[in-house]
Amino acid sequence: MSESKGTNTRTIAVDMIARVEGEGALRVTVKDGTVQDVELRIFEPPRFFEAFLQGRHYSEVPDIVARICGICPVAYQMSAVHALEQIFGLQVDGALRDLRRLIYCGEWIESHTLHVYMLHAPDFLGYASAIAMAKDHPEMVTRGLRLKKAGNALMTLLGGRSVHPVSVKVGGFSRVPLRRELEGLKEELLWARDAAVETVRWVAGFDFPDFAQDYTFVALRPSDEYPFNEGPIASSGGVNISAVEFEQHFREEQVSYSTALQCSFNGAGYLAGPLARLNLNADRLSPMAKQTLADTGLALPLRNPFHAIVARSVEILYAIEETLRIIDSYEPPPSPSVPVTVRAGTGMACTEAPRGILYHRYRVDGDGLIREAKIVPPTSQNQRRIEEDLRAYMPRVLDLPNKQAALGCEKVIRCYDPCISCATHFLKLDIQRDG
Amino acid sequence: MRSIGARHPVRIIGLGNLFRGDDAAGLLAARRLKDLVGDRAEVIEAELAGLDVLDLMAGAPAVFLIDAARSGRPAGTIHRLDASAGPISGDLFPHSTHVLNAVDAIELGRTLGLLPPCVIVYGVEVGDTTAGSALSPAVAGALGQVVERVLRELEGITCTSGS
Repeated sequence: MSESKGTNTRTIAVDMIARVEGEGALRVTVKDGTVQDVELRIFEPPRFFEAFLQGRHYSEVPDIVARICGICPVAYQMSAVHALEQIFGLQVDGALRDLRRLIYCGEWIESHTLHVYMLHAPDFLGYASAIAMAKDHPEMVTRGLRLKKAGNALMTLLGGRSVHPVSVKVGGFSRVPLRRELEGLKEELLWARDAAVETVRWVAGFDFPDFAQDYTFVALRPSDEYPFNEGPIASSGGVNISAVEFEQHFREEQVSYSTALQCSFNGAGYLAGPLARLNLNADRLSPMAKQTLADTGLALPLRNPFHAIVARSVEILYAIEETLRIIDSYEPPPSPSVPVTVRAGTGMACTEAPRGILYHRYRVDGDGLIREAKIVPPTSQNQRRIEEDLRAYMPRVLDLPNKQAALGCEKVIRCYDPCISCATHFLKLDIQRDG
Repeated sequence: MRSIGARHPVRIIGLGNLFRGDDAAGLLAARRLKDLVGDRAEVIEAELAGLDVLDLMAGAPAVFLIDAARSGRPAGTIHRLDASAGPISGDLFPHSTHVLNAVDAIELGRTLGLLPPCVIVYGVEVGDTTAGSALSPAVAGALGQVVERVLRELEGITCTSGS
């Protein structure tokens, strides 16, 4: 961190916001004690993958998009295959549909556990990192590692490996698990379910700043299940649309201070991700997740971004219960995938990445080659809301020394678990005070 | 490629992202080593792995970890750190595409008593790591040296500091 002072200007620069994936910068301008501007800047050429996909065969898409993010490769694969299957008129259901939910469960368990235990909990317990926290709370960090590993095991079995899964394809999988392979995970998953209950209780007991915000929540809301792969896009304002209508309501705009696009929903910022999902789908939770959430005493809707750690923990529990449900009812499908008949067209799909809705659109020609690709990751959707939260939060930290003020901003940003590597690489913080 | 569950007493783990230019250094070094080590070690290409490095190391007495590094030295500079000798500086690896980078994973493992007895980290100083960029000639040239050094160390594994 560095600091510079002009006559009436003070600038704080933090080289990197710890425990936030990605590269970018946050610039806050303060004048006469009032926040003038908050700008989240992203430096990466954001559309590399969209361009890279052009001219590629549709069958290569799941493998390519999995490399966009090391944390949520399944989300990218799922949005891609659903959009492409829409073009080809494919319906993937039964056990294959269940297996897709299952691999998504693995990703949520991995991603959420990593964030809850290794990235976010240290903020609430007063540690600079999980490494520092592990010195005083080794049992908690060890529990987090083991819980994350339960997600890894699912990813490895279904995806071929725990990072960058390779078995997902348009129409299904290149290989599906045997029943006994899934059964082999059950014992550890039963431990994980108990650990997840404990996790919810643990994080619900943290001290949360009083910081309720007026959010518009946006998430998928299927009719009869907690969302992963399917469902209309719903908002707390009553909007209910299909992914096909996404671009009519969600608009990506270039802002002058960023090379990434910022997304708005009907002209305003909105919140996607665990808080939005939970608030819009709490009635779709599994029994234990529902009860454990109720036991926290927290009333829905949760409007405090710091409560996202509770929402993530409830979703870990949900994902484990859903995994156990699917394993118990699993009968291997007759074939690992349904046959694809290529045809030209355009398809759109939205699925629920750990950080929120992830939209893909593809245009494919008659030879199955990608002619156009559009990807709207959840972090770019939440950027505007992060800025709005920071604008609301800054007055609380303006009187603090620069280092603590910067740390306060970092904590707000971390609530979102921004996977900025989906579009970028680092985050730098710059608070400019004038007067 | 072996799966995460596979176990060999000596493991070579290469990290990186193939789509990010020089960031792929560790991954590409591991790929070369795979053809050269025979049964002397298990080579793991751990694309995009972060904290998972802990699992990849688990149970192995000796691990070589190869990753992209950025400390301000010229691209292609090779760093060698003996993590077994004591904490290693995260300053060499400040911008990983991984959520917790390899050094974080190593230091978390050390704190929890999960670190293998011998962990050697090779860091290849990178230039351009933006998405879509190509491997730079400097890093491409360094890969051969890293491969040679790892092969040499395999002959008689020691855990001593040096660079």
